[in-house]
Amino acid sequence: MKNKIGREIPQEILDMGFEPYQGEGAKDGCEYQKKGPRVRAYEKPFESKLVPSIREAIVKSGLKDGMTISFHHHFRDGDYVVNMVMAEIVALGIKDITIAASSLGSAHDPVADYIEQGIVTGLQTSGIRGRMGEVVSHGKLKTPAILRSHGGRIRAVESGEVHIDVAFIGAPTSDCYGNARGKGGKSDCGVLSYAMVDAKYADKVVVITDTLVDFPNFPPSIEAVDVDYVVVVDEIGNPKKIASAAARMTQDPRDLMMAEMCAKVMAATEYFKDGFSFQTGAGGPSLAANRFLEPMLVEKGYKISWIIGGITSPAVDLLNKGLVGTIVDAQDFDVPSLQSVHNHPRHFEISTSQYCNPANKGAFVNKLDFVILAALEIDTDFNVNVITGSDGVLRGAPGGHPDAAAGAKCTIIVTPLVRGRMATVCEHVVTVTTPGECVDVLVTDYGVAVNPRRADLKAQIEAAGIKTTTIEELQKQAYAIVGTPDPLPFEERVVAIMEARDGSVLDVVRQIRD
Amino acid sequence: MKLTTPAIAGTLESSDAQVTIEPGDGTIDLSIHSTVMAQYGRQIRETVLETMERLGVNDARVSVNDRGALDCTIRARVECAVFRACGQTENFPWGEAIRS
Amino acid sequence: MTANPNLKRLRRTMMFLPAQKPSLIKDAYIYGADSLMFDLEDAVAENQKDAARFSLYHALTTINYRGCEKIVRINGLDTPHWKEDIRVSVAAGCDGIRIPKCEHASDVRTVVEHIERAEHEFRRPEGSTLVMSALESPLGILNAYEICLACPERMIGVAISGGDFRKCMQTSYQPGGIEMLAGRGQMLLAARAAGVQCFDTVFTNLNDVEGFRAEVIQNKQMGFDGKSIISPKQIAVVHEVFTPTEKEILAAEKIVRAYREMETSGVGVFTVDGKMIDIAFVPGAERTIALAKASGVYEGDL
Repeated sequence: MKNKIGREIPQEILDMGFEPYQGEGAKDGCEYQKKGPRVRAYEKPFESKLVPSIREAIVKSGLKDGMTISFHHHFRDGDYVVNMVMAEIVALGIKDITIAASSLGSAHDPVADYIEQGIVTGLQTSGIRGRMGEVVSHGKLKTPAILRSHGGRIRAVESGEVHIDVAFIGAPTSDCYGNARGKGGKSDCGVLSYAMVDAKYADKVVVITDTLVDFPNFPPSIEAVDVDYVVVVDEIGNPKKIASAAARMTQDPRDLMMAEMCAKVMAATEYFKDGFSFQTGAGGPSLAANRFLEPMLVEKGYKISWIIGGITSPAVDLLNKGLVGTIVDAQDFDVPSLQSVHNHPRHFEISTSQYCNPANKGAFVNKLDFVILAALEIDTDFNVNVITGSDGVLRGAPGGHPDAAAGAKCTIIVTPLVRGRMATVCEHVVTVTTPGECVDVLVTDYGVAVNPRRADLKAQIEAAGIKTTTIEELQKQAYAIVGTPDPLPFEERVVAIMEARDGSVLDVVRQIRD
Repeated sequence: MKLTTPAIAGTLESSDAQVTIEPGDGTIDLSIHSTVMAQYGRQIRETVLETMERLGVNDARVSVNDRGALDCTIRARVECAVFRACGQTENFPWGEAIRS
Repeated sequence: MTANPNLKRLRRTMMFLPAQKPSLIKDAYIYGADSLMFDLEDAVAENQKDAARFSLYHALTTINYRGCEKIVRINGLDTPHWKEDIRVSVAAGCDGIRIPKCEHASDVRTVVEHIERAEHEFRRPEGSTLVMSALESPLGILNAYEICLACPERMIGVAISGGDFRKCMQTSYQPGGIEMLAGRGQMLLAARAAGVQCFDTVFTNLNDVEGFRAEVIQNKQMGFDGKSIISPKQIAVVHEVFTPTEKEILAAEKIVRAYREMETSGVGVFTVDGKMIDIAFVPGAERTIALAKASGVYEGDL
């Protein structure tokens, strides 16, 4: 059947117990029962949680065939934890494993082999890239991968839709009892927001660190009361890939032009007033918007009340200049941001649930005024795709995109009209990751289009002297430049399910023909 | 046109295509690699074949390594490779055999 | 042959683009430069001159440059390339050809002769291809006046080329532009005397934003029509500096209105605010209005 946004959801997926997407906010007010973990009591005071190796921790955790394990992705492309743990699981002969990670990336190419070998049979993640994306798209994973936004993952874990048997939490520092932090050590990642839900909801929790510190490692991101074992290894990650040097502002004239237009569009709306709240994605033009925003703030005498999200140095710069009151931080992308979260009194670590979980009693994103986000594709219904490439292969991550888009009063997508020969503005996106009803404005290098649902914003933007066009017109221009693309050669088989934030099915990804 | 020597034109930069051409075995032997194969492979093939036909080339081994080039770029690279392979360096037939 | 209507069009920014680079030429119109300068000369390696021509031909005949003027910089008359460059440029329907290293009026006449031949060969309307001359040496500057007058139906104007000129003058870039003062001044005198346009050289240090702005302001103060640029990032500054102020627009409006009223009423006296005005002010005022319109700041009804 077709869901609310017209995507065909096959019966076999509905038979698995999934519901079709019914629109933004359809589950508002629904009640959930949180499903707590089964935990072991540590009553005797002399027992140590330190185990000498990952292998031993796996054995002690009781991990067996068919179980689900979890990881976080604060170490981004510098992560060693997933591969170290998976290598031991494979060496122990454990199979039929489901990996439920907050995200996976190109650092995890070995997992592609385990998928092909049938050792990893389930994947639940936000991001899926590199060789893993290739093998899943080619139908090598036994069950359809389940793709969730960051907020959707928290909801799924808390509601028990995904039950984590063992959580492996890489931590830059930990004490012997499992109080773990994102701060310090050799592999500083700033915060451990994604892992907080794992620590609270997994049956067994293993902290893996390369820097053991004195007890108590306070204040902790992961509390010892939730941790079963602590393992010390040589290195949990590559610091250079965990946090880049200060994010360099794009020098691409096209990106800068679009970034400037984003800032102008923001300034034209009713939400641009003293004390607005703001989030940007980490893409070039999104980040560069900060630079154009700054003089506008100064000119008007406005301050941003708070900035949220994955944090990069432009946000930190605004904080240090006194142009932002508070940063609430669920991930750090560069060295200045993690230094800031450690040192600045108004820069705070929050949990991913606080950030964007749609099923708690109100996440930060609900109070966002603006978010600027990128897209691999956007179609004439304003649906955005950030997961599949133009070849139909999985190579992206919804991340917090659907969450921030749903929450913000003004969601701006910024993208060039075409990339190489790929039409970014297209008739139908390959996969819907963020529904068009959550998108308000599209800024491209060929013009600005406002979602027809937001006639109010269109009027405000045009009143500021910014010309707008329609998204259909942009799509036609894109096809006039690159030619109309041939349909992708998909098989019937579903290889991944793109869940909406609320757990219903937004779209499915099908196997690509060889 | 008769090819006399192997030739190459274009680069592997984004939005470009590198075309390699050499005298063939009596037919056109065309191989294409493209970053946008799934969506545009068919159109790239048509563009290359049409350009060769217009130039009167029917005996060549052609290989196209495409990095998301637009049709106008693919035509330009094929023509450049063909004229290089024929050794012609001026008095090109603009607007006749060379056409958009 | 009727006068080409584009001869005097607005040319605040002329942006260089290497003709053989698909990623740069495929949609350079989006940045809003007044003129695009497709380069077959310095930006193209000696062994890629042919590749650049094919690329140029298909770009100009396929891509809609949406109102941007399309000028081609051909290779110098001392190279084996320039004749084929002219053929391809005219065949592809460019708006104009920039002659590099121009030193004599005869250089212009030679190029124009080949343009005429190409217009005939490729059945382009006679006179549809304009020319402009880049003056890159002291000799070129000294001959600027006759160069400007070499082909009145086609001559856009002259541009000074700083790199080579500074070398010839045994100097280098100086903030403030003292090293270019004589060259710029002499060329401006020649262009104004001949009634053609005049463009300043490129500013190559993209990181020196303040230095660039200072040079553009000086260009405007000296009376240039526009500037050659090397990056889209330079467009906004040039257009901003060349945008007339509100005061300039109001004054220009008054002159143009008064002139039109005088024309319709037939009264032979031309006054603004009760003062007699010299008719010589009218073209300048009209130019100010055109600039204001192009810059998107004109809200009047002229």
